[in-house]
Amino acid sequence: MKIAVCVKQVPDTWAEKKLRDDDSTLDREAADGVMNELDEYAVEEALRLAEANGGEVVVVTMGPERAAETVRKALSMGADAGVHLVDDSLHGSDALATSYALAEVLAARNFDLVIFGSESTDARMSVVPAMVAERLGLPQVTFAQKVDVDGSKVAIQRQTEYGYDDVEAELPAVVSVVEKINEPRYPSFKGIMAAKKKPVETLTVADAGLDAAKLGATAAWTKVASFAARPPKAAGTVVTDEGDGGAKIATYLTEQKFV
Amino acid sequence: MKLTEEHEQFRSSVRRLVDEEINPFIDEWEAAGIFPAHELFAKLGSIGALGLEYDAQFGGGDADHGFTFVLAEELGRCDAAGVPMAIAVQTSMATPALARYGSEELKRTWLEPTLRGEMVCSIAVSEPDAGSDVAGISTHATLDGDDYVINGRKMWITNGTQADWICLLARTDPLSKPGDYHGMSLIVVPTSSPGFSVGRKIEKMGNRCSDTAELVFDNVRVPVSNVIGEPGRGFQQQMAQFQDERLVGAYLAVSGARRALHRTKEYLQQRSAFGKPLLANQALQYRLAELYADVDTIDGLLRFAAQRYSEGIDVTREASVAKLKVGRLVREVADACVQFHGGMGYAEEMWVARYFRDARLVSIGGGADEVMLRIISMMEGMGKK
Ligand SMILES: Cc1cc2nc3c(=O)[nH]c(=O)nc-3n(C[C@H](O)[C@H](O)[C@H](O)COP(=O)(O)OP(=O)(O)OC[C@H]3O[C@@H](n4cnc5c(N)ncnc54)[C@H](O)[C@@H]3O)c2cc1C
Ligand SMILES: Cc1cc2nc3c(=O)[nH]c(=O)nc-3n(C[C@H](O)[C@H](O)[C@H](O)COP(=O)(O)OP(=O)(O)OC[C@H]3O[C@@H](n4cnc5c(N)ncnc54)[C@H](O)[C@@H]3O)c2cc1C
Repeated sequence: MKIAVCVKQVPDTWAEKKLRDDDSTLDREAADGVMNELDEYAVEEALRLAEANGGEVVVVTMGPERAAETVRKALSMGADAGVHLVDDSLHGSDALATSYALAEVLAARNFDLVIFGSESTDARMSVVPAMVAERLGLPQVTFAQKVDVDGSKVAIQRQTEYGYDDVEAELPAVVSVVEKINEPRYPSFKGIMAAKKKPVETLTVADAGLDAAKLGATAAWTKVASFAARPPKAAGTVVTDEGDGGAKIATYLTEQKFV
Repeated sequence: MKLTEEHEQFRSSVRRLVDEEINPFIDEWEAAGIFPAHELFAKLGSIGALGLEYDAQFGGGDADHGFTFVLAEELGRCDAAGVPMAIAVQTSMATPALARYGSEELKRTWLEPTLRGEMVCSIAVSEPDAGSDVAGISTHATLDGDDYVINGRKMWITNGTQADWICLLARTDPLSKPGDYHGMSLIVVPTSSPGFSVGRKIEKMGNRCSDTAELVFDNVRVPVSNVIGEPGRGFQQQMAQFQDERLVGAYLAVSGARRALHRTKEYLQQRSAFGKPLLANQALQYRLAELYADVDTIDGLLRFAAQRYSEGIDVTREASVAKLKVGRLVREVADACVQFHGGMGYAEEMWVARYFRDARLVSIGGGADEVMLRIISMMEGMGKK
């Protein structure tokens, strides 16, 4: 079985995120880059499936030069090979463009299963997996808290507010995972050393045969017109209890239309 | 010593393991006076942290010493010194001699599963009547056919109640007696051997989450083939093994001291008195700066030592100096941390009191300060061998 995992490099979860003044995109230089947390779960799930069913795991990313670190991290966890789409013209791509680029790269490589995290921690659109599935014309079984592959079928438990749904699809298919699914392994010393020797294919937009007009900030369907920093927290309202605290709070909540 | 991107990646793995698998459980382990060594070591084994520099043929990683350095730096961030000490026993105190001098069979049977974290081991040198003076030990192993029969007591043995095997220093030459440097051997003793028992678990001032035990050997029989390397060379092998112990012990202590200073600095920034953050007092800034400077100095010496160790140069001098200096420094650091935290430094609800207790061991375990001074004196031609 040939499994692809799409991983995104995002700014460190704990770092303060900033937008750039020149083009209103996320300033990716301002903070350390890390693998999107949910994508670690995606990698782990791919590795488990490959370990259980035999097969190969290829990690795919679209991102700037330093996103290579994220590819290497996935390789040190145990993935077999990497594909890194990197090109200045990709900067500012929206979800449509990202899904277009990823879908083309994936389509050219014939995977049985494509696994995604269900959401990135920086842009948090949670749409890329669905868009990619649509573009590839593949079934999408998303928000999986459990994945099983049996022959030519993939069955998942799709996490819902009330529990889960059992959903299955024919392979090839697109899966996205939620964090409940597993516990990602720590890259081991051996994995880290082995990653150095694993193949990583670096592709430009031209290499991947992509239409540059569909990519980058100019092609985005939405524009960030302006942005402003969140205003500092205003001082709260203190309700002093003089035997009527309950009533005062109720009045306050009604005034603010909370109740 | 050059640390590469791979070293930094390994650092991230260890850091995450410390944050997720160790620190959240430390309070519980401290209260229990023990931590689950088999469970934790299996996790460390799975990332290859237990056998870094050892031969890949026996489950090691063939790593350079920089990885050990990084491992120790990160383990120094544990919320109690007992856990890193216990791990260091496994990686750098009880296993170096076995890896260097042991037979292939001994390494297959004992080293390999230990590096995977399936077995826990101890190093047993100290005795009730001989600690600093290693040549004063009296535990002896008497030849009987193809076996050695061991009798004696060992004291202060880390991991002692949980170990699967012990790297034991005993007299194997019937003519050698307490005070002699010759005639000792390092022997692998399975704790499942009849006649082996844990005399008692010792209650301690600090490093409480690490189990420390007195061990009893009452006619314990092991095959002669359990001797590590050449019989009679145990004292020398142990002296070499002490260098690994002292270096790694110093790496851990320096890292712990730096973290304690960082945490104290943060506390002083948050806590206000006399209308400003405590950290605004230059007296406190300078005291912390002085301690940072001392930490940097020893850190520099240790990096130099680590480099020489990597090159195969004897580091007895550097290890002894660093062990001495860091032992004294952490006592000062711990004292400053307690002082600057005020009442909170004296309360069990913060990390400081525990650090104060734990730090005190550095000047005693692995050779007391005076033993380090003795080594340095001898190197300078003072005192007699
Ligand atoms: C400040 C800001 C403003 C933005 N404004 C707009 C906007 O106005 N309009 C707009 O359409 N988009 C906008 N974006 C979205 C941005 O372009 C997204 O990063 C991109 O569309 C991917 O979507 P996502 O990160 O939300 O992915 P999600 O759908 O949340 O990610 C789900 C999964 O898809 C995979 N994935 C996502 N990206 C990649 C990748 N690059 N390489 C490999 N796998 C990947 C991962 O497995 C991930 O877990 C904005 C982003 C930011 C930070
Ligand atoms: C928590 C803990 C864990 C330990 N773990 C282990 C272990 O796993 N394995 C093991 O074998 N041992 C272990 N030890 C033992 C440790 O190595 C010894 O305690 C240490 O070497 C000192 O020996 P001692 O306690 O017998 O002190 P003694 O030898 O009785 O010395 C007492 C004091 O006398 C002074 N002194 C000693 N010699 C001289 C001298 N020549 N000149 C001047 N002053 C001197 C020093 O201040 C010394 O502290 C551990 C100890 C502790 C407390």
